[in-house]
Amino acid sequence: MKTIVCVKQVPARDSALRLSKDGKSVDESDLTFEMNEPDAYALEEALQLRDKTGGDVIVLSVGPARAASTIREALAKGADRAIHIDTGGEPALDALGTAGLIAAAVKNETPDLVLTGLQSDDAGYGQTGVVLAEYLGFCHATIVMDVSIEGGSVHVKRELEDGWFQNVTMPLPAVLTIQSGIKKLRYATLMGIKKAKTKELKTVAASQLGIDKIAGLTIVSIQAPKREKQTQILTGAPRDVAKQLVEKLRFEARVI
Amino acid sequence: MSVLVILEQRGGKWNRMSFETLTAAAKIASELGTELDGAVVGSDVNALAAEAASYELRKVYAVTHPLLEQYTPEGMTAALEQLIGTVKPQVVLFPHSYQVRDYAPKLATRFGKALASDAIGVRAAEGELRFIRQLFQGKLNAEVQTSGEPRFASIQAGSFRAAEPGSASHPVETFTPSIEASQILSKPEAPFREAQRAVDLSAADTIVSVGRGIKDKESMPVVEALAEVLGAELAASRPICDNGWLPMERQVGSSGQTVSPKVYFAVGISGAIQHLVGMKGSKTVVAINKDESAPIFEMADYGVVGDLFEVVPALVEEIKKAKA
Repeated sequence: MKTIVCVKQVPARDSALRLSKDGKSVDESDLTFEMNEPDAYALEEALQLRDKTGGDVIVLSVGPARAASTIREALAKGADRAIHIDTGGEPALDALGTAGLIAAAVKNETPDLVLTGLQSDDAGYGQTGVVLAEYLGFCHATIVMDVSIEGGSVHVKRELEDGWFQNVTMPLPAVLTIQSGIKKLRYATLMGIKKAKTKELKTVAASQLGIDKIAGLTIVSIQAPKREKQTQILTGAPRDVAKQLVEKLRFEARVI
Repeated sequence: MSVLVILEQRGGKWNRMSFETLTAAAKIASELGTELDGAVVGSDVNALAAEAASYELRKVYAVTHPLLEQYTPEGMTAALEQLIGTVKPQVVLFPHSYQVRDYAPKLATRFGKALASDAIGVRAAEGELRFIRQLFQGKLNAEVQTSGEPRFASIQAGSFRAAEPGSASHPVETFTPSIEASQILSKPEAPFREAQRAVDLSAADTIVSVGRGIKDKESMPVVEALAEVLGAELAASRPICDNGWLPMERQVGSSGQTVSPKVYFAVGISGAIQHLVGMKGSKTVVAINKDESAPIFEMADYGVVGDLFEVVPALVEEIKKAKA
């Protein structure tokens, strides 16, 4: 079985974010980056499936040169080879643009399964997997909690709202978007890191894929959100803050 | 020329987000000076369509076909592609439900369009329709626009007040798409719940909810002590339940329970959207978090930027004193 896992490199969780001068993007100069968390779970799912059924796991990432470090991390964790669609200095793409590039790059790979996280922690479109399935003409399922392969079909457990679930079976090839937190993530071993250096990492320039720019989603501006409530921020030593808070809860909010 | 709002049902029951989306759609229709239509999709939706027709809109399309009895992305996309092709709306609006996340990107791609997903606001400006959507789990807001018609967008839960039905009865038009059984490749089984819910957090007056900031299972007694002294129910954001530190039935958020207590303590919770939609209705919110830019502070009445391992024990002591 051949599985492609699409991973995105995103700013590290809890990064302090500053806007760039044009007010349409985030200033990346002081940021550190990491693998998008839901994509890390997609990678884990792919590696566990391979360990059970055999085959290859190919990790794919769309992004500038820095994305190579996230790709190497995936190789160190056990992916067999990698494809980096290098977007150079171009601004970040929307889901339509990203999926278009991936579809073009994997056209000749004929995967059985494509996995990705259910959404990214930065732009959070939550669409790339579904759009990719449409471009490739594959079946898809989103917010997947469990995957098993049975002959030419894939059987998944999907999460619905309010604590409901649903089992769905569909023919391969298929695209699945994986929910976070389901399986325990593995760490890269020292041996894995060493081996990763010898694995194939194919870099393709996005501009070489022959995809016309799609007029999709445009970011007009980015701002810090306006506060919905008048938040009283309490400051001081822990004991003082606790005292103030109890006062407020007793006499203002009247809940203690 | 019209705005089309997709009203979602599952098993004959409305998804409550549908009528919040209707409010957003009505706002767009009024700003664009155009008509508003609704659509409900399924194998037998006449009763639901008639109910929807009592709301303030021009008409409701009852999109019916036997192959639409169970939701599949293939069936839904085929049905709505044909409806949109016939009605030719300028704007198509969806509730940002788990079902919509499953098919709307596919549908928009059929039309070569981007979907402005998970929008929390909308306005007409400079001849364009601009949607507000959150970035970085709510830390920033982006104003976005999509190119060309129809424009597709989905509306986040809790962003608009749900529309109320009126007394008028607007027309219902049945729309029968042509769908072949061979187009439906996904075979869904009946939805199920893992376990009976023993805990009903929605009835709790006070909730102490814990997030990633607690770091490990061994630290849980820190928040348990706070819940105990307050006589509160203990709850958590998703990662805590995924790790098994609290049972799934104590999870608050889009995949867990929706709560509206008198007071909600968010301890070490950053406030990802999926969590916020579950606790937006709380009367008073107290947030304790070390990251001052955590979105949970947008929601809080009282915020403490600090180390929960210092603040929470001090708070327990002060509450004990106050209650003595």
